[in-house]
Amino acid sequence: MNRHLATLVTPIWKENPIFFHVLGICSALAVTTRVSNALVMGAAVTCTAAATGVFVSLLRPVVQRSVRLVVEMLVIATFVILFDVMLKAFWYDMSRQLGPYVGLIVTNCILLGRAEAFALKNPVLPSLLDGVGSGLGYSWVLVVVAIFRESLGAGTLLGLRVLPEGAAPAQALFLPPGAFFLMGLLVWGLHAVRRRP
Amino acid sequence: MNPGDISPLTILIAAIFTNNILLSNYLGMCSFIALSRRLDTAVGMGLAVTFVSTFTTALNWVIYHRVLARGALSFLPGGLGDRIQLEIFALIVFIAVIAAFVQVVEMVLERFSPAMHQALGLFLPLITVNCAILGVALFMVIRGYGFFQAVAYGFGSGLGWLLAVLLMAGLRRRLRFSTVPRGLEGVGITLIVTGIMAMAFMAFAGMVRIQ
Repeated sequence: MNRHLATLVTPIWKENPIFFHVLGICSALAVTTRVSNALVMGAAVTCTAAATGVFVSLLRPVVQRSVRLVVEMLVIATFVILFDVMLKAFWYDMSRQLGPYVGLIVTNCILLGRAEAFALKNPVLPSLLDGVGSGLGYSWVLVVVAIFRESLGAGTLLGLRVLPEGAAPAQALFLPPGAFFLMGLLVWGLHAVRRRP
Repeated sequence: MNPGDISPLTILIAAIFTNNILLSNYLGMCSFIALSRRLDTAVGMGLAVTFVSTFTTALNWVIYHRVLARGALSFLPGGLGDRIQLEIFALIVFIAVIAAFVQVVEMVLERFSPAMHQALGLFLPLITVNCAILGVALFMVIRGYGFFQAVAYGFGSGLGWLLAVLLMAGLRRRLRFSTVPRGLEGVGITLIVTGIMAMAFMAFAGMVRIQ
């Protein structure tokens, strides 16, 4: 049981996909102008990563080594399309706001990376946990970045006002440069915390 | 403004400067950070991205609008074309087209131009997972571009990415001789310098407008 717990927790903090492997930075910058967008995007990656892990792991006995990349891509794309279609059907506004970035999960290296490095070699349950863990590791970073950008850039959190009425929000955080600065500082902070013994 | 009315030239310039795929849409970050470490790899990858993005956008446009889009197959007899809905396969088809194109280019280069293959060969496989290329295809569909607009957008985005990665590689060469705080080296300082670069590019805003 402890081993399973470790599989789930390692990618959340110790080997966080965004900070440790520098994977999936694109969407971490693009969808973090609002906390709600970040939450949905995080859910999308967590669901697709978990489903991909399970499926790739199940397909281990039948997939030849030479075609494994194609199979992995097909599995990932299928789940991403499923999520995209459901989002369009049940929450059209959100789907419009996220634009192409849900579809771009396909090229998010976290999914292919975990399928290739983990699910291809492990049974179903650990693969599921690894997928969920990687997804959560990605999500919390997104939400933290979004909390900074939304609260300071627009003065709201999940649509509720947090800054006092008179305070002018720092709109720079909403624009691309602000996103890059914030992400750079976050990487710095995390490295500093982690290096401490 | 109706997206159908914008001239391809405007889209080309906008894709390079005001709506740079990397600096304003954050696409292609992974390879941007990894390959801007050296100038020669940056040039190689930049050229490969420009080439692949131009041609796959053209291919994807034709496939999307002639086969996948709603109503594209309505010439089929018996209303069959209206019953088939292929739109949801767009994502898979785009990726397959990109991967197949990269594969073919690699084979052709290997056969006819070993020198080019030496220079670009390493980067071509990486392009399949470069989100800038898929992003261009998805934006082209969302914004409803016509064929020439889409090609101009694909070419411009490639050039824009090349410009950004070249500038970054040049900057990082200088950065090597400056003292960067510990923990900020590598990814951290690259992101912050990219932010400054994005700020500089915002000065182009207003030159052309495509949205």
